[in-house]
Amino acid sequence: MAIASEQSKGIGQAVHRKEDRKLLTGKGRYVDDLKLPGMQHMAIVRSTHAHADITAIETSQAKAMPGVTAVLTGEDLEFAAGVPCASNPTGEMVHPVRPPLAKGRVRHAGEPVAVVLASDRYAAADAAAMIEISYSPLPAVVTPEEALADGAPRVHEELDSNVALVLAHSTDNVDDAFAKADVVVKQTIRNQRLIHVPIETRGVVADWNTASDELTVHSSTQVPHFLRTFLAIVCGVSEAKVRAIAPDVGGGFGSKLNAYAEEFVAAAASRKIGAPVKWIEERSEAMLATCHGRAQDAHMELAATTDGKVLAMRAHYVQDYGSYLQMLTPLISQLTLLMSPGAYAIPEVDVTVTNVYTNTVPTDALRGAGRPEATHAIERIMDILALELGMSRTEVRRRNFPQEFPFTTAIGLMYDSGDYEGTLAKLLELSDSKADFERRRQEAAARGKRLGRGLSTYVEVCGFVPSDVARSALGLTPGGWESSTVRMHPTGKVTVITGTSPHGQGHATSWSQIVETELGIPFDDVEVIHGDTAFAPYGLGTYGSRSLAVGGTAVHLAATKVREKARLVAAQMLEAAADDLEFSGGTFSVKGSPDKSVTMQEVAFRAWQAFEMPEGVTPGLDETVFFDPPNCVFPFGAHGCEVEVDEETGKVEITSYIAVDDCGNVVNPMIVDGQVHGGVAHGIGQALYEGAVYDANGQLLTGSLVEYVIPSAVEIPSIQTHRTVTPSPTNPLGVKGIGEAGTIASTPAVVGAVCHALGVRDLDMPLQPETVWRAMEKGGTA
Amino acid sequence: MKRAVTISVNGVSHATGVEPRTLLVHFLREHLNLTGTHVGCDTSNCGACTVWLDGMAVKSCTVLAVQADGSEVTTIEGVSANGELHPMQRAFHETHGLQCGYCTPGMVMAAIKLLEANPDPSDAEIRRGLEGNLCRCTGYENIVAAVRAAASGVTV
Amino acid sequence: MIPQAFEYEQPSSVADAIAMLGKHGGEARVLAGGHSLLPMMKLRLAAPDALIDIGRIASLRGITDTPDAITIGALTTHAEVAGAEVIASGCPILAETAAGIGDLQVRNRGTIGGSIANADPHGDLPAVLLALDGEATAEGPNGRRTIAAADLFVDYLQTSLSPDEILTEVRVPKASNSAYVKFNRRAQDWAIVGAAAVVHGSSARIALTGVGSKPVRAAAVEAAFDGSNTAEAAGHAADGLDAPSDTAASGEYRAHLARVLVRRALEAAMAR
Repeated sequence: MAIASEQSKGIGQAVHRKEDRKLLTGKGRYVDDLKLPGMQHMAIVRSTHAHADITAIETSQAKAMPGVTAVLTGEDLEFAAGVPCASNPTGEMVHPVRPPLAKGRVRHAGEPVAVVLASDRYAAADAAAMIEISYSPLPAVVTPEEALADGAPRVHEELDSNVALVLAHSTDNVDDAFAKADVVVKQTIRNQRLIHVPIETRGVVADWNTASDELTVHSSTQVPHFLRTFLAIVCGVSEAKVRAIAPDVGGGFGSKLNAYAEEFVAAAASRKIGAPVKWIEERSEAMLATCHGRAQDAHMELAATTDGKVLAMRAHYVQDYGSYLQMLTPLISQLTLLMSPGAYAIPEVDVTVTNVYTNTVPTDALRGAGRPEATHAIERIMDILALELGMSRTEVRRRNFPQEFPFTTAIGLMYDSGDYEGTLAKLLELSDSKADFERRRQEAAARGKRLGRGLSTYVEVCGFVPSDVARSALGLTPGGWESSTVRMHPTGKVTVITGTSPHGQGHATSWSQIVETELGIPFDDVEVIHGDTAFAPYGLGTYGSRSLAVGGTAVHLAATKVREKARLVAAQMLEAAADDLEFSGGTFSVKGSPDKSVTMQEVAFRAWQAFEMPEGVTPGLDETVFFDPPNCVFPFGAHGCEVEVDEETGKVEITSYIAVDDCGNVVNPMIVDGQVHGGVAHGIGQALYEGAVYDANGQLLTGSLVEYVIPSAVEIPSIQTHRTVTPSPTNPLGVKGIGEAGTIASTPAVVGAVCHALGVRDLDMPLQPETVWRAMEKGGTA
Repeated sequence: MKRAVTISVNGVSHATGVEPRTLLVHFLREHLNLTGTHVGCDTSNCGACTVWLDGMAVKSCTVLAVQADGSEVTTIEGVSANGELHPMQRAFHETHGLQCGYCTPGMVMAAIKLLEANPDPSDAEIRRGLEGNLCRCTGYENIVAAVRAAASGVTV
Repeated sequence: MIPQAFEYEQPSSVADAIAMLGKHGGEARVLAGGHSLLPMMKLRLAAPDALIDIGRIASLRGITDTPDAITIGALTTHAEVAGAEVIASGCPILAETAAGIGDLQVRNRGTIGGSIANADPHGDLPAVLLALDGEATAEGPNGRRTIAAADLFVDYLQTSLSPDEILTEVRVPKASNSAYVKFNRRAQDWAIVGAAAVVHGSSARIALTGVGSKPVRAAAVEAAFDGSNTAEAAGHAADGLDAPSDTAASGEYRAHLARVLVRRALEAAMAR
């Protein structure tokens, strides 16, 4: 790899983003910014019941409203398949069929039942309000406890029970280890149901040209290629006739890692009426109908020796799937299972996951997707073990870190590289001494505040590869590879076409940095195209902190191929052997004769002229690489924070937050820090503020941003970011993912700090003031 | 029934008819094609739709276009001139104060007004001043840094 | 997100506005800043036949200082109230309350008259007006009348204004020893509970936000207060309360908060 010079904008530099200018000036193009000739606006009427039979849909009044083009129900639209699920961990799970528009029965409040198409969104909303749906209510199961009860009403009648799937992994000597342990600790640790809330809701513009039978779909999606494939399958049309485009996307956090009913309905409706159809989700719809996340309880048990060595873990998770399988619903708890031992060498494990249907919104990936759940559970039980042993929380962790890498866990994953002691040591070095903390704690007590500190030491997994393992270990339908094209034009400018689909992660910048480093051309000479299936080779999109390790590496490899081909052309131009050429600063020169040189731009021009090409070298400089890494990458780190709890009200303030992350080599430290900031804030949201709440009838009580509280700048502390660098051996850039690390690490650190402040074992999130106050009332001590 | 309004937007006067229930944000986006102003919620919480109405930051999802009749509106498209970024926009760029960019126009519009009212704010005052603008990407760290940088005039 | 269609009227005087309200026979709503009404209309929780937009009636704006009281036009925004020197010095509770409503943008549009006429029990100003023993002026077809705060708030989102009356101004007595303490989860949010305290020597008037279907006087605290026993008196803040439960807090916790916040409000008021 070429080394970036100090002035460069290559790998390792905190380069300002090339994406910013349009976004800062209002010239971004999000789905709702699109207008097509004749476009009709779609409004959706959704189920008001959690579980009911639809007995009648009265649409005549709506059809008569001004501006209305059509009113469609499940009976009016034909689909070749139901809403897809691309994960089947055991290969044997039954996937209940879910029509994109409900037919006959609804299984959660908010399920789409009928749509209106009208000339503008006001007319559509008015007509939607005139549709009358009659229901015959059925008993609903709202929580997994209810769903698992004897004789519980079934969410899917065709299944034997509400248990969708049981996953299990166990080593041989768990019971023995528990029998000979000095200490056993047990705790139920809950990850509450969350809602993603990207500030841009979902949206789609579907344009089915009925003459050419071509479908173009603009969607606020993280996965345009998956969407295209599923549009083809569900709508019954050739994939080659479908073009999916992710324009600028206003955040996703997993909520847009999906192919949703509304996308299929918009496409089918466009075909039906012969005009483009736009649907922009309202925030209240987003709360009701976009997949939720987490909703997992962990029943944890650790067996340990008195000197803090963990001998075995039993973990039983109960995952609330909600009413249907969305694209990756079954993957999430599978990831929890895989990461259940966290950053610790636990020799014996017995892990089961019971996955349950309920009459609620389906759950799926939410920033971290199964790993925050796993991490929270293991980090909390490690704190509890420390409490039980009277040992410091750092020490009990340190005594269980793997010492050598690669490290194969009892689950069977191979952690690629790590230095867990290193990140923890750096965190401690950056934190106040215990004596300082105790002094401040005394002072705070005099002010009616209880101080507490918490930490977490996490490891996570990203880039679900290699593809065969993605199938065998995760039951994924797609693999885990990524593609990239690097096309050097005759003038030496470069277009990168990536299969990743960024929505805030800054790939245009980072991929340009990689190309600058590889090809020695200026950063500003690189353009990055993403998110359009008409241009890009198949790609898997952006989720799971995979983009740099898999997609960025594909860019690097494609750029390397371009450079090596250019070397052959340059050799011909310089009348030298390719092996005798040096490449530096975008120039090939003959070793020992630096005046005999040719620039990359000159080589590019010649390559496209294809004059005097070397033997066997084809014209052009245009390389595509599909990269399927040999293993996942495993970022890790140590986060710590301090909280101040108001004794009288229970309100928690985070007074300091320090993140030490190791994501291997870093392409753009500014972007990496930004990902950590956002991730930490999201995890703080889970710890303190957020939670989707249903009533006993399955009605969502947190249906807007008034009740579902995502934190503002006032609630989020300043977040200090620090790093150690342990390169990954699984890709040539030595990089790992960072998008989810902050979320994974912060939640247990914050909850641990509050528990420390109160002197309690554990608390159920979110730690609303009332929750904390009640814990203090019950006798938590300072 | 439509009602005649004259609204000056980014210095250009628009005389047109609007249905009274038309929200100012939809007037800007749908009627004038000024799509830089975004909608992120339906409860006036998120602030993505923030514009200036007669010089004051307001949530344009909670103002009717008819209420803005005779007023001057400035949107994100109107804060910079001649292709030069406003110092606040520049500060957001240089401090990485945006990721997906969706909350950004509203955030910038609020941040400029914050500094007009308080040219030398503390970090706490910056955070408090942006309480009406929600961001899900940045954790606010670099947004606060951007406002601080714009306040001190320290942009590269 | 899309309000139901309505007729829109834009009166240029209070008399015009009253006539228009009469014309619509109780099916019209008065639009001031719109920051209570429009959000409800967007969610179609409110769907009036007509909006009478009083926003252009200049006589409804402005702040008038008299020796004992301050009169504030109904259309005066929270930002204007928060920024007025005469209010900050003469009635600090009102300035600090206005400064804490919603967020910057909301304060730029939301009005004192709109907030009070909306009578949301989670809104801050109703309790503050009640604690101040302030009054509202209403104008209707039968002329102008003054309604004491104690008589104004009837029930959830309900006042004693008749459908053809408009709240034109708010009058608050000066009260330098006064404070409002608001408790919420997120800075921009409505109060879970708020406590308003106005202290005059050894007596106090206390009112609470968020503990019932309307703002509530804490009579037991007032009875117990002797001018210095803040903690003891505040202990009575929840006497007789039946505070509601929702996703933000249970009634029991609200009762607890009432006791804490009343003490804090009394202390803050007395420290001024």
